[in-house]
Amino acid sequence: MSALETAVTAAAPAIAPGVVPETIASTGQDQFSGPDVHGHFGQYGGVFVGETLMAAVEELDKVYRKLSKEPSFWQAFDHDMKHYVGRPSPLYYAERLSKKFGGAKIVLKREDLNHTGAHKINNTIGQALLAKYMGKPRIIAETGAGQHGVASATVAARLGLECNVYMGADDVQRQSANVYRMKLMGANVIPVTSGSRTLKDALNEALRDWATNVDNTYYIIGTVAGPHPYPMLVRDFQAIIGREARAQSLLEYGRLPDALVACVGGGSNAIGLFHPFLRDSDVAIYGVEAGGDGIETGRHAAPLSAGKPGVLHGNRTYVMSDANGQIVETHSVSAGLDYPGVGPEHAWLKDIGRANYVSVTDTEALDAFRMLSRMEGIIPALESAHGLAYACKLAATMRPDQFIVVNLSGRGDKDINTVAKIDGISV
Amino acid sequence: MSRLTACINAVKAANRKVLIPYLVAGDPDGDTTVALMHQLVSDGADVLELGMPFSDPSSDGAIIQLGAERALRQGTSLHTVFVIVSAFRKTDSHTPIVLMGYLNPLEAIGYASFVTQAADAGADGILIVDLPVSEAQSLLALTRPRDLDMIFLVAPTTTESRLSAICENSSGYIYYVSLKGVTGAAIIDTGEIRDRVSALRHRTQLPIVVGFGIKDTHSANAMAAISDGVIVGSALVQKIGELTENGKRDAAAIAESTALIKDIRQSLNA
Repeated sequence: MSALETAVTAAAPAIAPGVVPETIASTGQDQFSGPDVHGHFGQYGGVFVGETLMAAVEELDKVYRKLSKEPSFWQAFDHDMKHYVGRPSPLYYAERLSKKFGGAKIVLKREDLNHTGAHKINNTIGQALLAKYMGKPRIIAETGAGQHGVASATVAARLGLECNVYMGADDVQRQSANVYRMKLMGANVIPVTSGSRTLKDALNEALRDWATNVDNTYYIIGTVAGPHPYPMLVRDFQAIIGREARAQSLLEYGRLPDALVACVGGGSNAIGLFHPFLRDSDVAIYGVEAGGDGIETGRHAAPLSAGKPGVLHGNRTYVMSDANGQIVETHSVSAGLDYPGVGPEHAWLKDIGRANYVSVTDTEALDAFRMLSRMEGIIPALESAHGLAYACKLAATMRPDQFIVVNLSGRGDKDINTVAKIDGISV
Repeated sequence: MSRLTACINAVKAANRKVLIPYLVAGDPDGDTTVALMHQLVSDGADVLELGMPFSDPSSDGAIIQLGAERALRQGTSLHTVFVIVSAFRKTDSHTPIVLMGYLNPLEAIGYASFVTQAADAGADGILIVDLPVSEAQSLLALTRPRDLDMIFLVAPTTTESRLSAICENSSGYIYYVSLKGVTGAAIIDTGEIRDRVSALRHRTQLPIVVGFGIKDTHSANAMAAISDGVIVGSALVQKIGELTENGKRDAAAIAESTALIKDIRQSLNA
């Protein structure tokens, strides 16, 4: 048993009887709380979909509740995490960056080093196991920046499943490299031209496809949103991030971090990091939303910071809508954060005060993107750069003996064209 | 007895089939919607389903989404919907109106305010497509005292246990969804629908009307033969869309856009 594995075992919270995982085993059992049996986190979550999809959602809930109690399911998941994804991902102390701000140590959880370059693969590996168990030959997914689409195409290729990825027509243009990656792996990328032609419209179209092909299709939702049980099961798969980070902190720093920081679009990388720390009340938690041009301009993608409770895409949560309840268009330099809703568990964590939700602007995120590239030799995804930008501000207010774990949720290769264009450079 | 139930009972007593057109409030504009509603009644509609436009109608197909987008571009809100219903009621106090839409606009103004304004305006029923029975109790508690009927969908995928809950909580009618998919898709298997509708008969005394995929006299006759009536949405919204395309709002253009409903009425009565 490696030192890390020993530390994880020692650090693991109480685990249900009968589930005796070894080392970094995933269980889905060690959760802070909720959701309840109807998928509610307080007043949030639930199931709000058309009747045609109700049976499929209920079946998925039943299957997941059964499988998630079986150690063999989590063993298969962990096997893929280690041998296919390349986990555990390192915890890296960004020393030069930290010293620049003269405060707390900034430590990066390197999800960018995962196979396919982001945390998204943790979820698609898990959901692919569900699809396989349920005998569904066809996968659908929605994608914004293309990272979840790529991660879905990846697992579909590996299992020999048909894969259809819905992507807003504007995002297809913005993220052409990821479109090509999906196609290389045999997926069909379907541009969505309805509505605002971005992520929310891709989600609408995926829901329509699912209602039409519900008998043979598994819908891999890419974030902790959608109808129950998605927010629960996506969280359980992504919680491997936080379990590792918790154990690595204890091993490498001898204690838990003082703060956690992660970007929040739908919120899957954030809940994945936060969840295993929710009971550790001394660990401060910060979710960073996309402030776009600034919250005060209205041109942003920050429902927790500036939205209100509503219902979108199958769950009750904070949404960005106008006074008449129409969903408004969002703005962010980062396609992966450009979404008007957010996972219901984040809505609940905000209301109960366990997590703080803040925002940074496009400009601040771009500055952090450039700074990490130049000072640490790591090009972060623009999404992750939002978390990083806030962490730098936070670190400056803290002591050098403290440390912050930032989820570096993805690598920035996909964003090179976006940033070059802003800089007026043609790549 | 609600106006909706009384109306459908009368239609059934006369040995006729219920014909329910669906149109989007505010498409192409509020005044024209009122004119279209009156025209539909004179064409033979028994009940009107009035769509409350929503930006993200994920249970609808492209045709109804485009109709909602046209209405939203005109600034249509729930307030506009209530104004339309009130205006219609000035000269028609007998045709039931069912408001159909998605939940988020109701969340924005509050359920209590919605129910009060809908009932005061003269609406008779409410159908919220993304509000399953299991999440509907707080809205039901408000609609029941105002005699507003809550209509729920039954789909080909609906399980036995869900059927019981839907039948217990529904009033007015049961909306049977003919197909797996979204509004405006094509009906494939009439036989399966017949079996499902007759099974549903054993579960409820409520009238059962069939919607999704009814686009002409042929499909309307086929579905009416195995149920109490039909809902016609996308095919009508497509025609109403032409009013925007050709910029016409006069009586002749309005009558032409609803001609399909007149044809279906005649065909159902034949």
